[in-house]
Amino acid sequence: MSDAKTLTTATEPAAPSYDTAPARRGGRRGEEIAKVLFVVPAALAIIALFGYPVVKNLVMSFQNYTLRTFINGKAPWVGLQNYVAVVSDELFTKALINTALFTIGSIAGQFVIGMLLALFFHKNFPLNGVLRALFLLPWLIPLIVGSAAWRAILEQDSGILNVTLESLGIINAPIPWLTSPNVALIAIILVNIWLGIPFNVTLLYSGLQDIPDELYEAGALDGATGWKAFWNITLPNLRAVVSVVLMLGVIYTLKVLDIILGLTQGGPANATQTIAVMSYQRSFVEFKFGQGAALSNILILIALVFAIVYLRANRRRFDE
Amino acid sequence: MITHKQRLAARQTRRGLRTAIAIVLLALMLFPVYWMLNISLQASGGTLPSTFFPSHPSLAGYTTAIHDQGQNLITSLLIAIGTVVLTLLIATPCAYALAQFRFRWISWALLAILISQMIPGIVIANALYTLYENIGLLNSIPGLIIANAANAVPFGILIMRSFMLAVPTSIVEAARVDGAGLVRAFLSIVVPISRNSLITVGLFAFLFAWSDFIFALTLTTKGNIVPVTLGIYTYLGAHISNWSAVMATAMLASIPAIILLVIAQKYIAAGATGGAVK
Repeated sequence: MSDAKTLTTATEPAAPSYDTAPARRGGRRGEEIAKVLFVVPAALAIIALFGYPVVKNLVMSFQNYTLRTFINGKAPWVGLQNYVAVVSDELFTKALINTALFTIGSIAGQFVIGMLLALFFHKNFPLNGVLRALFLLPWLIPLIVGSAAWRAILEQDSGILNVTLESLGIINAPIPWLTSPNVALIAIILVNIWLGIPFNVTLLYSGLQDIPDELYEAGALDGATGWKAFWNITLPNLRAVVSVVLMLGVIYTLKVLDIILGLTQGGPANATQTIAVMSYQRSFVEFKFGQGAALSNILILIALVFAIVYLRANRRRFDE
Repeated sequence: MITHKQRLAARQTRRGLRTAIAIVLLALMLFPVYWMLNISLQASGGTLPSTFFPSHPSLAGYTTAIHDQGQNLITSLLIAIGTVVLTLLIATPCAYALAQFRFRWISWALLAILISQMIPGIVIANALYTLYENIGLLNSIPGLIIANAANAVPFGILIMRSFMLAVPTSIVEAARVDGAGLVRAFLSIVVPISRNSLITVGLFAFLFAWSDFIFALTLTTKGNIVPVTLGIYTYLGAHISNWSAVMATAMLASIPAIILLVIAQKYIAAGATGGAVK
Protein backbone atom coordinates (compact mmCIF):
# COMPACT_ATOMS: atom_id res chain seq x y z
CA MET A 1 0.00 0.00 0.00
CA SER A 2 1.33 3.42 -0.86
CA ASP A 3 -0.78 5.86 1.06
CA ALA A 4 1.70 8.69 0.75
CA LYS A 5 1.38 8.46 -3.01
CA THR A 6 -2.40 8.63 -2.85
CA LEU A 7 -2.06 11.64 -0.63
CA THR A 8 -0.15 13.65 -3.17
CA THR A 9 -2.14 12.56 -6.22
CA ALA A 10 -5.44 13.12 -4.48
CA THR A 11 -5.08 16.88 -4.28
CA GLU A 12 -5.48 17.65 -7.99
CA PRO A 13 -8.33 15.68 -9.53
CA ALA A 14 -7.77 15.61 -13.28
CA ALA A 15 -11.19 15.77 -14.89
CA PRO A 16 -11.63 13.02 -17.49
CA SER A 17 -12.58 14.39 -20.91
CA TYR A 18 -16.19 13.16 -20.92
CA ASP A 19 -16.90 15.20 -17.82
CA THR A 20 -15.99 18.51 -19.45
CA ALA A 21 -18.56 18.31 -22.24
CA PRO A 22 -21.08 21.11 -21.49
CA ALA A 23 -24.04 18.86 -22.31
CA ARG A 24 -23.04 16.56 -19.43
CA ARG A 25 -22.84 19.25 -16.75
CA GLY A 26 -25.94 17.97 -14.99
CA GLY A 27 -24.61 14.44 -15.28
CA ARG A 28 -21.42 15.51 -13.61
CA ARG A 29 -23.11 16.56 -10.40
CA GLY A 30 -25.07 13.33 -10.42
CA GLU A 31 -21.80 11.53 -10.87
CA GLU A 32 -20.21 13.24 -7.87
CA ILE A 33 -23.18 12.18 -5.76
CA ALA A 34 -22.97 8.62 -7.12
CA LYS A 35 -19.29 8.50 -6.19
CA VAL A 36 -20.06 9.51 -2.63
CA LEU A 37 -22.82 6.87 -2.46
CA PHE A 38 -20.14 4.20 -2.96
CA VAL A 39 -18.71 5.15 0.40
CA VAL A 40 -21.89 5.85 2.35
CA PRO A 41 -22.70 2.27 3.51
CA ALA A 42 -19.16 1.73 4.80
CA ALA A 43 -19.07 5.16 6.43
CA LEU A 44 -22.34 4.43 8.21
CA ALA A 45 -21.05 1.01 9.30
CA ILE A 46 -17.85 2.47 10.71
CA ILE A 47 -19.72 5.26 12.49
CA ALA A 48 -22.24 2.80 13.95
CA LEU A 49 -19.77 0.06 14.87
CA PHE A 50 -16.77 2.13 16.00
CA GLY A 51 -17.67 5.80 16.34
CA TYR A 52 -20.86 5.24 18.27
CA PRO A 53 -19.34 2.64 20.67
CA VAL A 54 -16.38 4.87 21.51
CA VAL A 55 -18.62 7.87 22.25
CA LYS A 56 -21.18 5.73 24.07
CA ASN A 57 -18.46 4.20 26.28
CA LEU A 58 -17.14 7.62 27.11
CA VAL A 59 -20.61 8.84 28.10
CA MET A 60 -21.43 5.66 30.03
CA SER A 61 -18.21 5.89 32.00
CA PHE A 62 -19.52 9.10 33.61
CA GLN A 63 -22.92 7.62 34.39
CA ASN A 64 -24.32 5.23 36.93
CA TYR A 65 -25.37 2.82 34.19
CA THR A 66 -26.77 -0.47 35.56
CA LEU A 67 -29.49 -2.97 34.83
CA ARG A 68 -31.95 -0.56 36.39
CA THR A 69 -31.17 1.89 33.59
CA PHE A 70 -32.85 -0.50 31.15
CA ILE A 71 -36.03 -0.48 33.23
CA ASN A 72 -36.47 3.18 34.15
CA GLY A 73 -34.21 4.73 31.52
CA LYS A 74 -32.30 6.68 34.15
CA ALA A 75 -28.51 6.84 34.13
CA PRO A 76 -27.55 9.59 36.58
CA TRP A 77 -24.31 11.49 36.03
CA VAL A 78 -21.69 10.58 38.58
CA GLY A 79 -18.67 12.48 37.36
CA LEU A 80 -15.44 10.55 37.86
CA GLN A 81 -16.92 8.13 40.38
CA ASN A 82 -16.66 5.09 38.08
CA TYR A 83 -13.00 5.78 37.39
CA VAL A 84 -12.29 6.31 41.09
CA ALA A 85 -14.15 3.08 41.92
CA VAL A 86 -12.24 0.90 39.47
CA VAL A 87 -8.80 2.44 39.99
CA SER A 88 -9.04 2.29 43.78
CA ASP A 89 -10.17 -1.35 43.62
CA GLU A 90 -7.20 -3.43 44.75
CA LEU A 91 -7.90 -5.76 41.83
CA PHE A 92 -7.02 -2.95 39.40
CA THR A 93 -3.31 -2.87 40.24
CA LYS A 94 -3.16 -6.64 39.94
CA ALA A 95 -5.01 -6.58 36.62
CA LEU A 96 -2.72 -3.83 35.32
CA ILE A 97 0.42 -5.78 36.28
CA ASN A 98 -1.04 -8.97 34.78
CA THR A 99 -1.93 -7.15 31.57
CA ALA A 100 1.66 -5.91 31.32
CA LEU A 101 3.17 -9.34 32.08
CA PHE A 102 0.76 -11.10 29.73
CA THR A 103 1.46 -8.66 26.92
CA ILE A 104 5.25 -8.55 27.34
CA GLY A 105 5.54 -12.32 27.81
CA SER A 106 3.29 -13.13 24.87
CA ILE A 107 4.91 -10.67 22.49
CA ALA A 108 8.47 -11.66 23.43
CA GLY A 109 7.70 -15.37 22.95
CA GLN A 110 5.71 -14.95 19.74
CA PHE A 111 8.23 -12.63 18.20
CA VAL A 112 11.38 -14.62 18.97
CA ILE A 113 9.87 -17.96 17.90
CA GLY A 114 8.16 -16.30 14.94
CA MET A 115 11.42 -14.73 13.79
CA LEU A 116 13.36 -18.01 14.09
CA LEU A 117 10.69 -19.84 12.10
CA ALA A 118 10.52 -17.08 9.48
CA LEU A 119 14.31 -17.27 9.02
CA PHE A 120 14.08 -21.04 8.75
CA PHE A 121 11.30 -20.94 6.15
CA HIS A 122 13.17 -18.25 4.24
CA LYS A 123 15.57 -21.01 3.21
CA ASN A 124 14.83 -23.11 0.19
CA PHE A 125 13.60 -26.69 0.63
CA PRO A 126 10.95 -29.05 -0.76
CA LEU A 127 7.36 -28.60 0.52
CA ASN A 128 8.29 -25.23 2.04
CA GLY A 129 5.09 -23.49 0.88
CA VAL A 130 2.67 -26.20 1.98
CA LEU A 131 4.26 -26.68 5.40
CA ARG A 132 4.35 -22.92 5.99
CA ALA A 133 0.67 -22.61 5.09
CA LEU A 134 -0.26 -25.38 7.53
CA PHE A 135 1.43 -23.34 10.28
CA LEU A 136 -1.50 -20.93 9.95
CA LEU A 137 -4.02 -23.42 11.32
CA PRO A 138 -3.86 -22.40 15.02
CA TRP A 139 -4.54 -18.84 13.90
CA LEU A 140 -7.55 -19.78 11.79
CA ILE A 141 -9.44 -21.98 14.25
CA PRO A 142 -11.66 -20.17 16.77
CA LEU A 143 -9.71 -18.97 19.83
CA ILE A 144 -12.17 -20.73 22.11
CA VAL A 145 -11.39 -24.02 20.30
CA GLY A 146 -7.69 -23.45 20.91
CA SER A 147 -8.50 -22.83 24.57
CA ALA A 148 -10.49 -26.07 24.73
CA ALA A 149 -7.60 -28.07 23.27
CA TRP A 150 -5.19 -26.57 25.81
CA ARG A 151 -7.62 -27.25 28.65
CA ALA A 152 -7.23 -30.93 27.77
CA ILE A 153 -3.44 -30.72 27.44
CA LEU A 154 -2.91 -28.75 30.67
CA GLU A 155 -5.38 -30.69 32.80
CA GLN A 156 -3.71 -31.49 36.11
CA ASP A 157 -4.17 -35.22 36.64
CA SER A 158 -4.40 -36.80 33.21
CA GLY A 159 -3.49 -33.90 30.90
CA ILE A 160 -0.82 -35.02 28.45
CA LEU A 161 1.70 -32.33 29.45
CA ASN A 162 1.91 -33.45 33.08
CA VAL A 163 1.75 -37.14 32.11
CA THR A 164 4.68 -36.66 29.72
CA LEU A 165 6.74 -34.54 32.11
CA GLU A 166 6.19 -37.08 34.88
CA SER A 167 7.08 -40.10 32.77
CA LEU A 168 10.27 -38.33 31.67
CA GLY A 169 11.08 -37.73 35.33
CA ILE A 170 11.20 -33.94 34.86
CA ILE A 171 8.59 -33.35 37.56
CA ASN A 172 7.64 -35.44 40.60
CA ALA A 173 4.12 -34.20 41.14
CA PRO A 174 1.62 -32.93 38.56
CA ILE A 175 1.68 -29.16 38.08
CA PRO A 176 -1.74 -27.51 38.51
CA TRP A 177 -1.22 -25.37 35.39
CA LEU A 178 -4.61 -23.68 35.36
CA THR A 179 -5.63 -24.01 38.99
CA SER A 180 -2.61 -22.68 40.88
CA PRO A 181 -2.22 -18.90 41.20
CA ASN A 182 1.55 -19.38 40.89
CA VAL A 183 1.61 -20.80 37.38
CA ALA A 184 -1.73 -19.93 35.76
CA LEU A 185 -0.45 -16.69 34.24
CA ILE A 186 2.53 -18.51 32.77
CA ALA A 187 0.20 -21.14 31.32
CA ILE A 188 -2.04 -18.62 29.57
CA ILE A 189 1.01 -16.79 28.23
CA LEU A 190 2.27 -20.07 26.75
CA VAL A 191 -1.08 -20.68 25.07
CA ASN A 192 -1.18 -17.14 23.74
CA ILE A 193 2.34 -17.51 22.35
CA TRP A 194 1.19 -20.61 20.50
CA LEU A 195 -1.73 -18.67 19.04
CA GLY A 196 0.39 -15.71 17.99
CA ILE A 197 3.21 -17.59 16.26
CA PRO A 198 1.43 -17.94 12.87
CA PHE A 199 0.76 -14.19 12.67
CA ASN A 200 4.39 -13.37 13.47
CA VAL A 201 5.84 -15.97 11.09
CA THR A 202 3.63 -14.85 8.23
CA LEU A 203 4.42 -11.16 8.45
CA LEU A 204 8.12 -11.58 9.21
CA TYR A 205 8.47 -14.13 6.41
CA SER A 206 6.90 -11.76 3.88
CA GLY A 207 9.22 -9.04 5.19
CA LEU A 208 12.24 -11.29 4.64
CA GLN A 209 11.07 -12.09 1.10
CA ASP A 210 11.05 -8.36 0.30
CA ILE A 211 14.76 -7.92 1.07
CA PRO A 212 16.57 -8.08 -2.28
CA ASP A 213 19.07 -10.93 -2.68
CA GLU A 214 21.63 -8.48 -4.08
CA LEU A 215 22.09 -7.00 -0.61
CA TYR A 216 23.17 -10.39 0.72
CA GLU A 217 25.39 -10.99 -2.30
CA ALA A 218 27.08 -7.63 -1.82
CA GLY A 219 27.37 -8.32 1.92
CA ALA A 220 28.91 -11.73 1.30
CA LEU A 221 31.67 -10.06 -0.78
CA ASP A 222 32.45 -7.89 2.25
CA GLY A 223 32.55 -10.97 4.46
CA ALA A 224 29.08 -10.52 6.01
CA THR A 225 27.55 -13.97 6.28
CA GLY A 226 25.57 -15.82 8.94
CA TRP A 227 25.04 -13.79 12.11
CA LYS A 228 26.87 -10.81 10.68
CA ALA A 229 24.51 -10.73 7.72
CA PHE A 230 21.52 -11.03 10.04
CA TRP A 231 22.61 -8.06 12.18
CA ASN A 232 23.87 -5.84 9.39
CA ILE A 233 21.52 -6.65 6.52
CA THR A 234 18.40 -8.51 7.65
CA LEU A 235 17.46 -6.59 10.80
CA PRO A 236 17.95 -3.05 9.45
CA ASN A 237 15.92 -3.86 6.35
CA LEU A 238 13.23 -5.56 8.40
CA ARG A 239 12.84 -2.66 10.80
CA ALA A 240 9.55 -1.34 9.40
CA VAL A 241 7.94 -4.80 9.35
CA VAL A 242 9.23 -5.55 12.85
CA SER A 243 7.72 -2.37 14.25
CA VAL A 244 4.36 -3.13 12.65
CA VAL A 245 4.40 -6.73 13.91
CA LEU A 246 5.25 -5.63 17.45
CA MET A 247 2.73 -2.80 17.63
CA LEU A 248 -0.12 -4.84 16.19
CA GLY A 249 0.85 -7.68 18.50
CA VAL A 250 0.68 -5.39 21.53
CA ILE A 251 -2.65 -3.89 20.48
CA TYR A 252 -4.22 -7.31 19.91
CA THR A 253 -2.78 -8.84 23.07
CA LEU A 254 -4.05 -5.99 25.25
CA LYS A 255 -7.63 -6.81 24.31
CA VAL A 256 -7.43 -10.61 24.54
CA LEU A 257 -10.51 -11.99 26.22
CA ASP A 258 -11.45 -15.32 24.59
CA ILE A 259 -8.37 -17.23 25.68
CA ILE A 260 -8.40 -16.10 29.30
CA LEU A 261 -12.13 -16.70 29.71
CA GLY A 262 -11.80 -20.12 28.06
CA LEU A 263 -8.82 -21.21 30.15
CA THR A 264 -9.18 -19.65 33.59
CA GLN A 265 -11.97 -17.03 33.59
CA GLY A 266 -9.53 -14.67 35.27
CA GLY A 267 -8.90 -17.07 38.14
CA PRO A 268 -7.57 -18.82 40.18
CA ALA A 269 -7.67 -16.14 42.89
CA ASN A 270 -7.58 -13.46 40.16
CA ALA A 271 -4.13 -14.64 39.05
CA THR A 272 -5.05 -14.11 35.39
CA GLN A 273 -7.19 -10.98 35.72
CA THR A 274 -6.39 -8.40 33.07
CA ILE A 275 -7.98 -5.02 32.37
CA ALA A 276 -9.98 -6.56 29.50
CA VAL A 277 -11.31 -9.41 31.68
CA MET A 278 -12.09 -7.02 34.53
CA SER A 279 -14.00 -4.76 32.14
CA TYR A 280 -16.00 -7.72 30.82
CA GLN A 281 -16.86 -8.87 34.33
CA ARG A 282 -17.93 -5.41 35.52
CA SER A 283 -20.24 -4.98 32.54
CA PHE A 284 -21.59 -8.43 31.85
CA VAL A 285 -21.27 -10.32 35.12
CA GLU A 286 -21.95 -7.57 37.67
CA PHE A 287 -23.93 -5.39 35.21
CA LYS A 288 -22.10 -2.23 36.32
CA PHE A 289 -21.86 -0.91 32.79
CA GLY A 290 -20.49 2.46 33.90
CA GLN A 291 -17.50 0.84 35.59
CA GLY A 292 -17.00 -1.60 32.73
CA ALA A 293 -16.95 1.35 30.32
CA ALA A 294 -14.44 3.21 32.52
CA LEU A 295 -12.12 0.18 32.41
CA SER A 296 -12.46 -0.27 28.67
CA ASN A 297 -11.66 3.42 28.19
CA ILE A 298 -8.48 2.93 30.19
CA LEU A 299 -7.73 0.02 27.84
CA ILE A 300 -8.31 2.21 24.78
CA LEU A 301 -6.01 4.83 26.26
CA ILE A 302 -3.22 2.27 26.67
CA ALA A 303 -3.82 0.93 23.15
CA LEU A 304 -3.82 4.48 21.79
CA VAL A 305 -0.29 5.08 23.03
CA PHE A 306 0.86 2.07 21.03
CA ALA A 307 -1.38 3.02 18.11
CA ILE A 308 0.37 6.36 17.81
CA VAL A 309 3.74 4.62 17.74
CA TYR A 310 2.34 2.21 15.15
CA LEU A 311 0.98 4.96 12.91
CA ARG A 312 4.29 6.82 13.09
CA ALA A 313 6.15 3.67 12.14
CA ASN A 314 3.71 3.21 9.27
CA ARG A 315 4.07 6.76 8.03
CA ARG A 316 7.82 6.35 7.95
CA ARG A 317 7.33 3.17 5.93
CA PHE A 318 5.09 4.95 3.45
CA ASP A 319 7.54 7.81 3.06
CA GLU A 320 10.42 5.53 2.21
CA MET B 1 38.95 -32.29 -4.22
CA ILE B 2 35.18 -32.17 -4.07
CA THR B 3 33.53 -32.91 -7.35
CA HIS B 4 30.51 -31.06 -8.66
CA LYS B 5 28.43 -34.21 -8.13
CA GLN B 6 29.39 -34.46 -4.46
CA ARG B 7 28.52 -30.82 -3.86
CA LEU B 8 25.15 -31.31 -5.49
CA ALA B 9 24.47 -34.39 -3.36
CA ALA B 10 25.43 -32.49 -0.21
CA ARG B 11 23.04 -29.72 -1.10
CA GLN B 12 20.23 -32.19 -1.73
CA THR B 13 20.80 -33.80 1.67
CA ARG B 14 20.75 -30.42 3.35
CA ARG B 15 17.48 -29.50 1.67
CA GLY B 16 15.95 -32.84 2.61
CA LEU B 17 17.08 -32.35 6.20
CA ARG B 18 15.37 -28.96 6.29
CA THR B 19 12.11 -30.49 5.12
CA ALA B 20 12.40 -33.08 7.89
CA ILE B 21 12.99 -30.36 10.49
CA ALA B 22 10.04 -28.37 9.14
CA ILE B 23 7.78 -31.41 9.47
CA VAL B 24 8.86 -31.91 13.09
CA LEU B 25 8.24 -28.23 13.88
CA LEU B 26 4.85 -28.39 12.22
CA ALA B 27 3.96 -31.53 14.18
CA LEU B 28 4.80 -29.71 17.42
CA MET B 29 2.78 -26.69 16.36
CA LEU B 30 -0.26 -28.72 15.37
CA PHE B 31 -0.06 -31.09 18.34
CA PRO B 32 -2.97 -29.41 20.18
CA VAL B 33 -5.17 -29.93 17.11
CA TYR B 34 -4.09 -33.58 16.90
CA TRP B 35 -4.78 -33.97 20.61
CA MET B 36 -8.28 -32.60 20.11
CA LEU B 37 -8.89 -35.19 17.39
CA ASN B 38 -7.38 -37.97 19.51
CA ILE B 39 -9.54 -37.22 22.57
CA SER B 40 -12.64 -36.68 20.45
CA LEU B 41 -12.34 -40.24 19.15
CA GLN B 42 -12.02 -41.92 22.58
CA ALA B 43 -15.20 -42.55 24.50
CA SER B 44 -14.63 -40.81 27.81
CA GLY B 45 -16.61 -39.28 30.59
CA GLY B 46 -15.10 -36.97 33.15
CA THR B 47 -11.66 -38.60 33.01
CA LEU B 48 -9.34 -37.54 30.28
CA PRO B 49 -7.61 -40.32 28.34
CA SER B 50 -3.86 -39.98 27.96
CA THR B 51 -3.09 -42.56 25.29
CA PHE B 52 -1.48 -41.20 22.18
CA PHE B 53 -3.73 -43.02 19.73
CA PRO B 54 -7.43 -43.84 19.84
CA SER B 55 -6.88 -47.61 19.95
CA HIS B 56 -10.60 -48.20 20.37
CA PRO B 57 -12.01 -45.37 18.30
CA SER B 58 -15.55 -44.34 19.10
CA LEU B 59 -17.86 -41.79 17.57
CA ALA B 60 -19.85 -41.41 20.78
CA GLY B 61 -18.34 -37.96 21.35
CA TYR B 62 -19.53 -36.81 17.95
CA THR B 63 -23.02 -38.23 18.52
CA THR B 64 -23.32 -36.27 21.76
CA ALA B 65 -21.75 -33.18 20.17
CA ILE B 66 -24.21 -33.14 17.28
CA HIS B 67 -27.12 -33.82 19.62
CA ASP B 68 -26.11 -30.98 21.98
CA GLN B 69 -24.56 -28.53 19.55
CA GLY B 70 -25.92 -29.34 16.09
CA GLN B 71 -28.35 -26.44 16.25
CA ASN B 72 -25.54 -24.15 17.44
CA LEU B 73 -23.37 -25.13 14.47
CA ILE B 74 -26.23 -24.13 12.17
CA THR B 75 -26.63 -20.84 14.06
CA SER B 76 -22.92 -20.12 13.58
CA LEU B 77 -23.17 -21.03 9.90
CA LEU B 78 -26.08 -18.61 9.36
CA ILE B 79 -24.25 -15.82 11.20
CA ALA B 80 -21.05 -16.44 9.23
CA ILE B 81 -22.82 -16.47 5.84
CA GLY B 82 -24.77 -13.34 6.77
CA THR B 83 -21.54 -11.60 7.78
CA VAL B 84 -19.90 -12.50 4.45
CA VAL B 85 -22.80 -11.04 2.47
CA LEU B 86 -23.07 -7.89 4.57
CA THR B 87 -19.31 -7.32 4.55
CA LEU B 88 -18.97 -7.67 0.79
CA LEU B 89 -21.98 -5.41 0.16
CA ILE B 90 -20.58 -2.68 2.39
CA ALA B 91 -16.83 -3.00 1.85
CA THR B 92 -16.52 -3.64 -1.91
CA PRO B 93 -17.91 -0.32 -3.23
CA CYS B 94 -16.02 1.58 -0.55
CA ALA B 95 -12.75 -0.19 -1.35
CA TYR B 96 -13.20 0.70 -5.01
CA ALA B 97 -14.00 4.32 -4.20
CA LEU B 98 -10.96 4.65 -1.93
CA ALA B 99 -8.74 3.07 -4.57
CA GLN B 100 -9.94 4.87 -7.69
CA PHE B 101 -11.98 8.00 -6.97
CA ARG B 102 -9.93 11.04 -6.17
CA PHE B 103 -11.51 12.17 -2.95
CA ARG B 104 -9.63 14.80 -0.99
CA TRP B 105 -10.23 13.09 2.33
CA ILE B 106 -8.94 9.63 1.45
CA SER B 107 -6.01 9.69 3.84
CA TRP B 108 -8.39 10.61 6.69
CA ALA B 109 -10.71 7.74 5.78
CA LEU B 110 -7.79 5.31 5.78
CA LEU B 111 -6.61 6.64 9.13
CA ALA B 112 -10.10 6.15 10.56
CA ILE B 113 -10.16 2.56 9.29
CA LEU B 114 -6.74 1.82 10.78
CA ILE B 115 -7.73 3.30 14.15
CA SER B 116 -11.04 1.43 14.14
CA GLN B 117 -9.10 -1.81 14.22
CA MET B 118 -7.59 -0.85 17.54
CA ILE B 119 -10.91 -0.52 19.35
CA PRO B 120 -11.26 -3.50 21.73
CA GLY B 121 -14.23 -5.79 21.08
CA ILE B 122 -15.41 -5.25 24.64
CA VAL B 123 -15.97 -1.53 23.88
CA ILE B 124 -18.18 -2.41 20.93
CA ALA B 125 -19.97 -5.07 22.97
CA ASN B 126 -20.63 -2.62 25.82
CA ALA B 127 -22.25 -0.09 23.51
CA LEU B 128 -24.10 -2.56 21.28
CA TYR B 129 -25.57 -4.36 24.30
CA THR B 130 -27.29 -1.21 25.52
CA LEU B 131 -28.33 -0.26 21.99
CA TYR B 132 -29.62 -3.76 21.13
CA GLU B 133 -31.52 -3.93 24.41
CA ASN B 134 -33.44 -0.84 23.33
CA ILE B 135 -34.07 -1.76 19.69
CA GLY B 136 -34.70 -5.47 20.22
CA LEU B 137 -31.63 -6.90 18.50
CA LEU B 138 -30.33 -8.82 21.53
CA ASN B 139 -30.56 -12.59 21.08
CA SER B 140 -30.93 -12.34 17.33
CA ILE B 141 -28.95 -13.58 14.35
CA PRO B 142 -29.15 -10.20 12.53
CA GLY B 143 -27.80 -8.50 15.66
CA LEU B 144 -24.77 -10.81 15.69
CA ILE B 145 -24.24 -10.42 11.94
CA ILE B 146 -24.09 -6.63 12.30
CA ALA B 147 -21.70 -6.89 15.27
CA ASN B 148 -19.42 -9.27 13.37
CA ALA B 149 -19.28 -6.87 10.46
CA ALA B 150 -17.29 -4.68 12.85
CA ASN B 151 -14.37 -7.10 12.52
CA ALA B 152 -14.74 -7.83 8.84
CA VAL B 153 -15.59 -4.50 7.17
CA PRO B 154 -12.38 -2.56 7.95
CA PHE B 155 -10.30 -5.62 7.05
CA GLY B 156 -12.27 -6.04 3.82
CA ILE B 157 -11.86 -2.42 2.79
CA LEU B 158 -8.08 -2.49 3.32
CA ILE B 159 -7.54 -5.81 1.50
CA MET B 160 -9.75 -5.02 -1.49
CA ARG B 161 -8.51 -1.44 -1.76
CA SER B 162 -4.89 -2.51 -2.02
CA PHE B 163 -5.94 -4.92 -4.78
CA MET B 164 -8.12 -2.40 -6.61
CA LEU B 165 -5.32 0.18 -6.66
CA ALA B 166 -3.87 -2.04 -9.38
CA VAL B 167 -7.01 -2.05 -11.56
CA PRO B 168 -6.10 0.10 -14.57
CA THR B 169 -8.36 3.17 -14.81
CA SER B 170 -8.26 2.90 -18.59
CA ILE B 171 -10.46 -0.23 -18.60
CA VAL B 172 -13.14 1.47 -16.56
CA GLU B 173 -12.89 4.66 -18.61
CA ALA B 174 -13.27 2.72 -21.85
CA ALA B 175 -16.51 1.24 -20.56
CA ARG B 176 -17.67 4.68 -19.45
CA VAL B 177 -17.06 6.11 -22.92
CA ASP B 178 -19.19 3.26 -24.25
CA GLY B 179 -22.00 4.60 -22.08
CA ALA B 180 -21.80 2.41 -18.99
CA GLY B 181 -22.83 4.20 -15.81
CA LEU B 182 -20.62 4.30 -12.74
CA VAL B 183 -22.45 1.43 -11.09
CA ARG B 184 -22.61 -0.68 -14.27
CA ALA B 185 -18.87 -0.24 -14.81
CA PHE B 186 -18.22 -1.19 -11.19
CA LEU B 187 -20.38 -4.30 -11.29
CA SER B 188 -19.45 -5.58 -14.74
CA ILE B 189 -15.73 -4.70 -14.79
CA VAL B 190 -14.23 -3.92 -11.39
CA VAL B 191 -15.95 -6.68 -9.42
CA PRO B 192 -15.05 -9.51 -11.86
CA ILE B 193 -11.44 -8.30 -12.16
CA SER B 194 -11.11 -8.10 -8.38
CA ARG B 195 -12.71 -11.50 -7.84
CA ASN B 196 -9.73 -12.94 -5.99
CA SER B 197 -9.67 -10.19 -3.41
CA LEU B 198 -13.43 -10.55 -2.91
CA ILE B 199 -12.96 -14.27 -2.29
CA THR B 200 -10.16 -13.59 0.20
CA VAL B 201 -12.29 -11.08 2.08
CA GLY B 202 -15.33 -13.36 1.99
CA LEU B 203 -13.35 -16.28 3.42
CA PHE B 204 -11.92 -14.17 6.22
CA ALA B 205 -15.29 -12.58 6.99
CA PHE B 206 -16.62 -16.12 7.32
CA LEU B 207 -13.80 -17.19 9.64
CA PHE B 208 -14.03 -14.01 11.75
CA ALA B 209 -17.77 -14.48 12.29
CA TRP B 210 -17.50 -18.23 12.77
CA SER B 211 -14.77 -17.74 15.39
CA ASP B 212 -16.43 -14.84 17.17
CA PHE B 213 -16.81 -15.38 20.86
CA ILE B 214 -17.03 -11.94 22.47
CA PHE B 215 -20.22 -10.88 20.68
CA ALA B 216 -21.73 -14.33 21.08
CA LEU B 217 -21.06 -14.12 24.80
CA THR B 218 -22.25 -10.57 25.40
CA LEU B 219 -25.06 -10.03 22.90
CA THR B 220 -27.03 -13.17 23.76
CA THR B 221 -28.69 -13.64 27.12
CA LYS B 222 -31.50 -16.13 26.79
CA GLY B 223 -29.94 -19.26 25.37
CA ASN B 224 -32.18 -19.39 22.32
CA ILE B 225 -29.41 -18.17 19.98
CA VAL B 226 -26.14 -19.92 20.84
CA PRO B 227 -23.26 -19.77 18.34
CA VAL B 228 -21.04 -22.83 18.62
CA THR B 229 -18.17 -20.90 20.24
CA LEU B 230 -20.52 -20.01 23.09
CA GLY B 231 -21.69 -23.63 23.14
CA ILE B 232 -18.08 -24.77 23.64
CA TYR B 233 -17.59 -22.17 26.37
CA THR B 234 -20.65 -23.49 28.20
CA TYR B 235 -19.23 -27.02 27.86
CA LEU B 236 -15.95 -25.78 29.34
CA GLY B 237 -17.33 -25.16 32.81
CA ALA B 238 -15.17 -25.55 35.86
CA HIS B 239 -15.72 -29.31 35.57
CA ILE B 240 -15.81 -31.02 32.24
CA SER B 241 -18.11 -34.03 32.40
CA ASN B 242 -17.67 -35.35 28.87
CA TRP B 243 -14.26 -34.71 27.33
CA SER B 244 -14.92 -36.56 24.09
CA ALA B 245 -18.05 -34.48 23.41
CA VAL B 246 -16.19 -31.21 24.13
CA MET B 247 -13.30 -32.16 21.86
CA ALA B 248 -15.68 -33.45 19.16
CA THR B 249 -17.47 -30.09 19.16
CA ALA B 250 -14.12 -28.31 19.04
CA MET B 251 -13.15 -30.46 16.03
CA LEU B 252 -16.46 -29.71 14.30
CA ALA B 253 -15.90 -26.00 14.95
CA SER B 254 -12.43 -26.29 13.34
CA ILE B 255 -13.74 -27.79 10.10
CA PRO B 256 -14.20 -24.49 8.21
CA ALA B 257 -10.61 -23.44 9.00
CA ILE B 258 -9.23 -26.84 8.00
CA ILE B 259 -11.22 -27.02 4.75
CA LEU B 260 -10.33 -23.47 3.74
CA LEU B 261 -6.66 -24.03 4.52
CA VAL B 262 -6.63 -27.08 2.26
CA ILE B 263 -8.76 -25.92 -0.68
CA ALA B 264 -8.29 -22.16 -0.57
CA GLN B 265 -4.69 -21.82 0.58
CA LYS B 266 -3.91 -19.16 -2.02
CA TYR B 267 -6.65 -16.84 -0.76
CA ILE B 268 -5.87 -17.46 2.89
CA ALA B 269 -2.20 -16.67 2.34
CA ALA B 270 -3.16 -13.46 0.52
CA GLY B 271 -5.36 -12.36 3.41
CA ALA B 272 -2.82 -13.31 6.06
CA THR B 273 -0.04 -11.14 4.65
CA GLY B 274 -2.09 -8.43 3.01
CA GLY B 275 -4.25 -7.56 5.95
CA ALA B 276 -1.98 -7.81 8.94
CA VAL B 277 -5.25 -7.56 10.72
CA LYS B 278 -7.41 -9.75 12.99
